Amino acid sequence: MAVLDIKNLTVDFPGRKSVFVAVNDVSLSIEAGKILGVVGESGAGKSTVGNAVIGLLQEPGRIAAGEIDLNGVRIDALNDKSKRKLRGRRIGMIFQDPLTSLDPLQTVEAQLVETIRTHLPLSAKAARDRAVELIGAVGIANPHERIRQYPHQFSGGMRQRVVIALALCAEPELVIADEPTTALDVSIQAQILDLMKSLCTERNVAMLVITHDMGVIADITDHVAVMYQGNLVEYGATAQVLGRPQHAYTKSLISAVPRPDVRVDRFPSIDYIEKDRTPQRQIDIATHWLGKARAYDRAGGPLVSVRELDMQFETRASILPSRRRSFQAVRKVSFDIAEGETFGLVGESGSGKSTIARLITGLYQPSGGSITFAGTELTSLGKRRDILAMRRQMQMIFQDPYSSLNARMRVKDIVAEPIRFHRLASDRSEVRQIVEDLLDHVGLGAAAGRKFPHEFSVGQRQRISIARALATRPRFLICDEPTSALDVSIQAQILNLLKDLQAELGLTMLFISHDLAVVRQMCDRIGVMRNGELCEVAETDQLFEAPRHPYTSELLSLMPSMELLSRETPADP
Amino acid sequence: MAQQPSRNDGVSGAVAAFLDHDLVHAFLRSRITVIAAIFTLVLIGAAFLAPWIAPHDPFDLASISIMDARVPPVWMEYADPRFLIGTDDQGRDLLSGIMYGMRISLIVGFCSVVAAAAIGITLGLIAGYCGGKVDALIMRIADVQLTFPAILIALLIDGVANGIVGGLDREVYAFYILIVAMALSFWVQYARTVRGSTMVEKNKEYVQAARVIGLPAPVIMVRHILPNVMGPVLVIATINLALAIVTESSLSFLGVGMPPTQPSLGTLIAIGNDFLYSGEWWIAIFPGLALALLVLNVNLLGDWLRDALNPKLRG
Repeated sequence: MAVLDIKNLTVDFPGRKSVFVAVNDVSLSIEAGKILGVVGESGAGKSTVGNAVIGLLQEPGRIAAGEIDLNGVRIDALNDKSKRKLRGRRIGMIFQDPLTSLDPLQTVEAQLVETIRTHLPLSAKAARDRAVELIGAVGIANPHERIRQYPHQFSGGMRQRVVIALALCAEPELVIADEPTTALDVSIQAQILDLMKSLCTERNVAMLVITHDMGVIADITDHVAVMYQGNLVEYGATAQVLGRPQHAYTKSLISAVPRPDVRVDRFPSIDYIEKDRTPQRQIDIATHWLGKARAYDRAGGPLVSVRELDMQFETRASILPSRRRSFQAVRKVSFDIAEGETFGLVGESGSGKSTIARLITGLYQPSGGSITFAGTELTSLGKRRDILAMRRQMQMIFQDPYSSLNARMRVKDIVAEPIRFHRLASDRSEVRQIVEDLLDHVGLGAAAGRKFPHEFSVGQRQRISIARALATRPRFLICDEPTSALDVSIQAQILNLLKDLQAELGLTMLFISHDLAVVRQMCDRIGVMRNGELCEVAETDQLFEAPRHPYTSELLSLMPSMELLSRETPADP
Repeated sequence: MAQQPSRNDGVSGAVAAFLDHDLVHAFLRSRITVIAAIFTLVLIGAAFLAPWIAPHDPFDLASISIMDARVPPVWMEYADPRFLIGTDDQGRDLLSGIMYGMRISLIVGFCSVVAAAAIGITLGLIAGYCGGKVDALIMRIADVQLTFPAILIALLIDGVANGIVGGLDREVYAFYILIVAMALSFWVQYARTVRGSTMVEKNKEYVQAARVIGLPAPVIMVRHILPNVMGPVLVIATINLALAIVTESSLSFLGVGMPPTQPSLGTLIAIGNDFLYSGEWWIAIFPGLALALLVLNVNLLGDWLRDALNPKLRG
């Protein structure tokens, strides 16, 4: 019999003007010892399903229809008190961010023992023994000692293990994991997923995993439910759904996942999702403003050359040099980027890759070393005019599509600002024409200029960012995790756009990402970073086929396997 | 979030869109705020339309007579139907005096808030954006100033300035001295708020993008950061308007603010204060009531604005 049985669940959020249906007529079930994955992009309603099950829907959300059964007993209509008894006791929760889901002021022991004794009739001693056993079971060494520590004494991955132990405290029948590995680095993600899978089988717990990540689905789930805008579009055994997807949305979703194994020219057509794009008018780059003034004097050597770059951040300031503390974010990094090339930097969080981008654009001043751009040493430039001329030639696309656009400016002013500032156009009407062409060219349509950034979706905002970066007619574009905040279908569109623009305009790119599969699709050469140092630089295929540095091999081995995924291109080839 | 109605149907569409806005909706739903707004508008209207709607002109020496001095309100014995709520010791109509006095109080309050906000925003932006030594210098000055009560500083500045100007000129300059004194004592709160918001905004990627474009610091501060930190400033300004009106009245009451020839509400209360014990209570009480009503309503509006703009308190 199914542990969790959701029948025709509909959840809506009545608003002032209309009722928003977040989950529409969804039926799912999980058996003991099995893992069901709910996958979908943001706004698909997957988290709402999880919240409805544990009775934690945010106001004014409500279950409008359907029912939820836990081991044959209906739980959606219970009162608040009975629902509270369910949580923790019969349903365990694993949240996304291990930093915020533990109480920083209590030891791990106190938190575990409290949870155990709330739900199980155990003595303090027995509860403690159980806590130690659980900590051991989730793979933390020296459980007797570590249990007395505070959450801040654990690393991110270890903390997520503690959260899992907390979820398992009272021998729940069902565990709900909402994006359990999204906040973790790849290497830790793999370990946590293994742990979840083995605990689930050993303890015969049913698990509901909510994620946007196809890799997680492919790795650990037995069944998968694909959601799109509140509807369940496909539901079945994981191998079946991923290998032979039936629904058009599932097909395009799977094809949008970057392949880690082979480099493809373009991401396959993803027209099912690609609704917010206006067809672009073709402009002739050779004669258009965008293509003009591209005849920079060719640099003799590489366009960008970084030598022995060092960067320290002061973590404790003091008048006395001996008391100062600093953190070495970048250590003796050297690499070259040839004209027209896409150079990738990969590494886990804190490895210093974004710092390098900010050093090259001049947002930070390096502590040591040199950066040469088109034969000019950037750190030696003194005159403001020379610095401006250099800045105009390199632009940056940022990670967060929400904060990278000024919310108080119209899109046309955002894009026009660099053109006006650098006096790249002769008069107002020309500026207006260029802005319209740029917006059109990145797939937004010229009419988008009159709106404010908040009227656009995340993917469209990233297109605005790209239009702004192109507005100075740069020859070097730095992309700092340009798609990490985006859903995979939007990511595929943005990456395609970047590829097109590079081909048209002959841009040189520095592409920074933590996602090896994305880097493989985008870059000609790749540098691998770890703790501020550059471990290895190699041609893309060589790096993936025959990594030289042990850290590179480790990273590669941790990539989620996508073998289950169907690789036939959907609908039109 | 909210669905925008189409913008094509001209003025009526614009009005509909305005009424549909979440802030307007929240405003109309809060009954006490609507009442406060109506009261504030009536008081401000009465103050600024005083030359046309006031029953008498208290500054017209020809129309006032010492014979009418200290006439009580109409419902009392020995009242004069010409003077609804009585007259002061010079025979000026109290109602007209309050209307003209409120006008002065409002103008002084508004000007000093604008001046204080201008000083505070500028210094806050510079401190927050530049950081380091500049920040330390500006904020230490602010800290020192914060250790003294604002009214004490205003009193000090006002006293010194009046001493320098002195004599007859005081009548002319009192108004400006008062505004400067109050601006210099109230800028700190704006500076601290703006500095805090600026430090948050500075690290957002749109500011970094502006720096990558090559924009100079003043342009980034004014064009990019300033519009994004104005929300809290507006709230402080509204709440401070009430505070400024009270401070102005206090200073005038103490005799360092507006002179008796251009009486503000505080001056009127100060005049009435002398007659409280001799039974002519109306000379102090009515200006006092007007002041309380004005400050209360402006404060209610300010509180509502603070809550409405604060997403954390939204229910």
